[in-house]
Amino acid sequence: MNHIAPGAQAGVYRYDEIDRQFVAERVEQFRAQVARRLSGELTEEEFKPLRLMNGLYLQLHAYMLRIAVPYGVMTSKQLRKLAEIGRKYDKGYGHFTTRQNLQFNWIKLEETPEILNELAEVDMHALQTSGNCVRNVTTDQFVGAARDEIVDGRVYAEILRQWTTLHPEFTYLPRKFKIAIMGAESDRAALRTHDVGVLAKRNEAGEPGFTFYVGGGLGRSPFVGKLIREWVAEEDFVAYLEAVLRVYNQYGRRDNIYKARIKILVHELGQEKFTAEVEEEFARLRGPKYRLDPELVAEIRKRFGAPAFETLPTVSDSFEKAKAQNAAFARWVGVNVAEHKAPGYAIATISLKPAGGIPGDATSEQMELVADLAERYSFGEIRVSHAQNLVLAHVRQDDLFTVWQALEANGLGTPNAGLIGDIIACPGLDYCALANARSIPLAQDISARFADPVRQQAIGELGIKISGCINACGHHHVGHIGILGVDKKGEEFYQITVGGDPTLTTAIGDILGPAITADETVDAIEAIVEVYLATRSDGERFLDTLKRIGHGPFKERVYAAH
Amino acid sequence: MALKAITANRLRDGTVVFLGANSTWVEQLADAALFEGAEADAPLAAAKAQAEGEQFGVDVYAFDVTVADGEILPVKARERIRALGPSVRTDLGKQAAA
Repeated sequence: MNHIAPGAQAGVYRYDEIDRQFVAERVEQFRAQVARRLSGELTEEEFKPLRLMNGLYLQLHAYMLRIAVPYGVMTSKQLRKLAEIGRKYDKGYGHFTTRQNLQFNWIKLEETPEILNELAEVDMHALQTSGNCVRNVTTDQFVGAARDEIVDGRVYAEILRQWTTLHPEFTYLPRKFKIAIMGAESDRAALRTHDVGVLAKRNEAGEPGFTFYVGGGLGRSPFVGKLIREWVAEEDFVAYLEAVLRVYNQYGRRDNIYKARIKILVHELGQEKFTAEVEEEFARLRGPKYRLDPELVAEIRKRFGAPAFETLPTVSDSFEKAKAQNAAFARWVGVNVAEHKAPGYAIATISLKPAGGIPGDATSEQMELVADLAERYSFGEIRVSHAQNLVLAHVRQDDLFTVWQALEANGLGTPNAGLIGDIIACPGLDYCALANARSIPLAQDISARFADPVRQQAIGELGIKISGCINACGHHHVGHIGILGVDKKGEEFYQITVGGDPTLTTAIGDILGPAITADETVDAIEAIVEVYLATRSDGERFLDTLKRIGHGPFKERVYAAH
Repeated sequence: MALKAITANRLRDGTVVFLGANSTWVEQLADAALFEGAEADAPLAAAKAQAEGEQFGVDVYAFDVTVADGEILPVKARERIRALGPSVRTDLGKQAAA
């Protein structure tokens, strides 16, 4: 953190020369490593951890490069570069992920150093997107714009990025480590499913502080993060996280990959003992060295800057008129547009989930369109949500109709944010070397079945999340309806869970019954929805009805034919 | 006894390849050499040594196939997808060139 140049200015957070030099050096380091691998100086065993440190995986069909989008925020220029790389080095598209990153699926090892070099030109990289390190810190996709925001989480996410990059103690953790930070009333970052979930808030004096949840995680053994401290003052933010990581580094199970995540440590030690260990370490660390200087925080905040919002009326006449005259636009606004903190502005979610489409995929042309729209209408800034959508966070209400028309004309105007068609799905067996079953075709079939936007809106808030294996990259454990792909003698089957909840009232879904085929799964989703619609009381969400009537009626209906 | 084919990913670009006749690597499963059960062990060991020794391929392994109407078909869904390309993008991968 000590390399932040005092007085530096930027709208979106920008690198200084030290950042740029560091990334450039890493590119050249990897270029040399690739050359040594191709010449045979390095074996695959020696090379694999090096390529993973640069976000390069080997998947079913080719190498996959996972590019970091720090806390899901990027500029138009950066998105255009991603589009260009997609066209030049991949097959004209990319996949936005649940960690707010972007993956390319058809990368060549021999071209990767040049890709990283091009990324560095726009202050991007693929560091900390793989390996047993602190991964890209995620946050609220509405950060800095949401009306319910209390603290801007980007500032602290950036502090963590700088603090964890090259930190010698955190380069070889027992296992990967995922941190999410939220600073609003609503949890839009699935905080308690992370190794560490940080809820930023303010005390009565208006000072920022943080609640820490530790030991959450999905995967083979899902756990909900435990509250270990209600209030950590801003100046202790880094010290407290360092204490958590030190306890993990010391006691984490390096002997067994399935027990190596911090969630297992917290579970095995117990919340009380784990918390005591952290507090003891925190007491040792607390002091000038780890104190987060308010001036430093202010400096980083300045680097983000605030968009120069115009003074606008709360209600836009042209916006209201457009809604009255165009039902499709009004529907999109009702579903995909959220309230902005600045009068006259709005937050627009761009769905990457067209009916029958591949969740999270965007073509290079679509990326360029979004980059153009962001530049013209949203201060040149784009966000990636953990739900695999894009967000224009600062659009004038007056401009929403124009933005929507452009999106609609390019397959990006689907009105389904937060609805049944807004399915989170991992790449699954179509791309992933770890998967047991395909996720995408099931998502396509379900979204096609529920394509009618009027029906989707009538169903209301209902999140389906699909994972192609127990690693749970599709977050199926916390889907209102979760679907897990399993392998039975080489064939794909799917296990349905219900009752998962990714918000602060986090819950892991319960298995509804035996795994079924893909075709049966689409019908099962329909059956679950029918039971819900037939039994819900006024204003009840799916989760409310499920809680009231239990799993029985849903299970009975789904397995009636079995 | 199960028939087996041997596969790898090409080191420089990750492309899926199969061991063909005379220990050469081919890009199409149709051109792959087939082995009866344990007969695959020796060529698999040799292929691993060759792939690593010549910096040609990584992740070398054998997988089960059947032959129907002269066509080689992987038994498992994973290998079927690997041999063809993503089922959701039939315009990409080996299936696109077929």
